[in-house]
Amino acid sequence: MTAGIRAKTLVIMPAWNESESVGSTVREVLAYAPPCDVLVVDDGSTDGTARIAAEAGARVIRLPFNMGVGGAMRTGFKYALLHGYDQAIQVDADGQHDPREIKRVLEGLSDADIVIGSRFEDRAEYEVKGPRKWAMIVLGGVLSKISGTRLTDVTSGFRAANRRAIRQYVAHYPAEYLGDTIDSLVVAVRSGCKVVQVPVNMRPRQGGTPSHHPLKAAVYLVRSGLALVFALTRKKSSPVGD
Amino acid sequence: MTVLAVLFVVAVLIFVIEMLRREKIREKYAVLWIVIGLATLILAVFPDLLIWAAHVVGVQIPSNLLFAIALILLMGVTLHLSREVSASEDEIRALAEEVAILRADLRDIQDQLPKDPESRPIR
Repeated sequence: MTAGIRAKTLVIMPAWNESESVGSTVREVLAYAPPCDVLVVDDGSTDGTARIAAEAGARVIRLPFNMGVGGAMRTGFKYALLHGYDQAIQVDADGQHDPREIKRVLEGLSDADIVIGSRFEDRAEYEVKGPRKWAMIVLGGVLSKISGTRLTDVTSGFRAANRRAIRQYVAHYPAEYLGDTIDSLVVAVRSGCKVVQVPVNMRPRQGGTPSHHPLKAAVYLVRSGLALVFALTRKKSSPVGD
Repeated sequence: MTVLAVLFVVAVLIFVIEMLRREKIREKYAVLWIVIGLATLILAVFPDLLIWAAHVVGVQIPSNLLFAIALILLMGVTLHLSREVSASEDEIRALAEEVAILRADLRDIQDQLPKDPESRPIR
């Protein structure tokens, strides 16, 4: 616990039943990232996620029931705002986001409000196919257009926010499907936040299994399209005050 | 038949008003049911109204008009409920977030308190 001496940076790690990987991910972040506090938001886990995270040196917030990544992240951003952090970065508990890349993503905040750490485009092992790929291309295209900068990996959860973006997120961070990636980003951009993309190295997950079922991919396509359309028709939102 | 219908509607109305009185149902939900109940009561007392209305709207069988109105009203009620449930869910989520943050902060403060168990608040 680092109560008292407060670093300026908060690493927010949403975790739902990630006891396999959360401990090592927290330790890696503390070892390889710039000085920061690690906040694990335990999203109603039924395993030892909270205990393991705390033992690894993270501060832990336990949500009383599962609220999804969106709910967990909004809690993290609220915490960051309430405790006076200057910047926050989301890092997944499954180890997919390389803690050695945190520094690089945070550095992007020097000339933007939101930085998305995206997969290198030429890495073949992250190849996605079919509906999922089309969805990513369309989402990337539309978001690039409205943000005025090239974005290729808009569903990446490896993203950093400065204080302005944190306030924006606390005001609008829907718990709906893809609300944590597409919707919050679209509204943040429309509300005047500047976004950049920083290419980073991603790793395979340490725990959990990704789904590649074609039906699920098709459902993903429809839902992400809907999320995008809804986000685009939303009004600007004004960030909450300090 | 008319007497039975009137009795039924009156019973429903009394039930709704009684729930309202006992604060088992909020006014904003009760109002809808009371309005529907009163409309049904009027129709039960004056069945000719329905026949006249069906003629005016151009529905051949009056009971079909009744079914259509009932469907539209029930749809309205369920939509209203979905909306209210969603709003309640948002409020619950916001509260859960606040509580979780407060609990973490409370734990931090407790950790700074003297270790003497007698003087510590309940964990």
